[in-house]
Amino acid sequence: MKQVFNVKRIYGVVLRHFFLLKHSPSRWLDLLYWPTVDLLLWGFITVYLQKEAYSNNFWAFQFIGALIFWNILIRAQQGLAVGFLEDVWSRNLVYIFVSPIRVYEYLAGLIVYSIFKAAIASFLMVVIAGLVFHFKFWLTGLQLFLLVYGLLLFAWSIGLLTMSFLLFFGQEAEILAWALALLFLPFSAVFYPVEILPEPLQSLAKLVPASYLFETMREILFAGKWKVDWVVKSYLLNLVYLGFSLGVFGYAFKLAKKAGKLPKIGE
Amino acid sequence: MSQVLKTVSLSKIFGSKRVLEKVSFELKRGDILGIIGPNGAGKTTLLYLLLDIVLPTSGQVFYFGKDFKKHKTEILIKLGFASQYLNLPYSLTVEENLKVFGHFYEVSSLNKRIDELLELFKLYHKKKVLTRYLSSGEMMRLNLVRAFLHRPEIVFLDEPTAGLDPEYVKYISQILKEEVISRKITIVLTSHQLGELERIANKILLLKQGKVVGFGELKDLFEAFQVKSLEELYFKVFYETSF
Repeated sequence: MKQVFNVKRIYGVVLRHFFLLKHSPSRWLDLLYWPTVDLLLWGFITVYLQKEAYSNNFWAFQFIGALIFWNILIRAQQGLAVGFLEDVWSRNLVYIFVSPIRVYEYLAGLIVYSIFKAAIASFLMVVIAGLVFHFKFWLTGLQLFLLVYGLLLFAWSIGLLTMSFLLFFGQEAEILAWALALLFLPFSAVFYPVEILPEPLQSLAKLVPASYLFETMREILFAGKWKVDWVVKSYLLNLVYLGFSLGVFGYAFKLAKKAGKLPKIGE
Repeated sequence: MSQVLKTVSLSKIFGSKRVLEKVSFELKRGDILGIIGPNGAGKTTLLYLLLDIVLPTSGQVFYFGKDFKKHKTEILIKLGFASQYLNLPYSLTVEENLKVFGHFYEVSSLNKRIDELLELFKLYHKKKVLTRYLSSGEMMRLNLVRAFLHRPEIVFLDEPTAGLDPEYVKYISQILKEEVISRKITIVLTSHQLGELERIANKILLLKQGKVVGFGELKDLFEAFQVKSLEELYFKVFYETSF
């Protein structure tokens, strides 16, 4: 029987990035430093504002929870996009794709690596949030994992789109590895509910899967309520996004091969 | 079946530029094909078409009698490639880079195979060294180790001896010949080192502005063009485009 996924090859992609991390303190710094600084900075600002304006912990907790969730999204998206960029920078794409690895095995390897990155960053943030702000993220319920999976799916869609832009426009587009996810930030209801947005932008936010997940997170923290229909909507939208971004990536990859861009993309 | 590679009317057009035009040739097991031509003749593009890194505009490639388009993974595992123009990731050690590719090619007894090849290509002492600290010659030898890691049946080499000291050029050529004799592999290489190419290749493909202007056994080409060396042949064929 024809093997669809070759685990050894996927492991090879993951290994390539682990080896890179092993020798690169700056990459570890990027992975650990920003989530820590983000959380401490915004956590203390939130605690300060909360003391001034509110008496309960909801405000602070929803902000800290949002920060942790947003970091999961960012790290997972970057795991994919920056992982691909690492191969562009090292001009390694030709050697990878003259090997028998299939494109989807390569993507699967990057996805595994992106989960690792998101897990490391979120674990660190959850620990700091617990120690410094007494925010016990894990006590909000195991259902939160369902929200995390939803965020990961959305992050991979953005990551795939970023990779497609890199294939379309070359290294010129590398800034998108950091910028594209931020484009969705105002419409993802990360730090405020969708209803705060002006009417036309609310409609736009309703098309962003992450907005339902962040709204659900707030509902859980505020009222302990689980909005199943929001989660379902988010997952359905995620499927559309993922299907679309996979299609765009497949098209971009084929076009890059037709135009002879793969050997030149890192130049 | 002794025929291992066959191209049929392989053409490539980039925009309005015709880079390769109806390239057809066949290779048998044990052949060493040297592709020669001036810069921009389409040598590297031809290698990329044969490795599925660039898609052809038209034409077909067959390996071991099978259509490359339909049996990609199964065929790619039997091909090796090294290029002077490509590097392996600088932030990984020599050994780590080889381990990553060893997994891609599902190499059995990987550690043993890595040691064996590092010894053969005189790089064992660099095993734990980050690739960024290798000289250009060492990097090329590492590329060659990577190309031979999975015991390929056909190896494509783009300027494999460029940047190497003369003693290594001789040594690498000897290794290539021994691989052909002992394992009956096929080698396709581009090179500007005509003297070395003449010593190891049994077949030559002459590319001029994307067109094949000569292909065949070295001795047959010498006869047909009435020359005595590859260098003489090169200047006779490409005189107009060479300095």
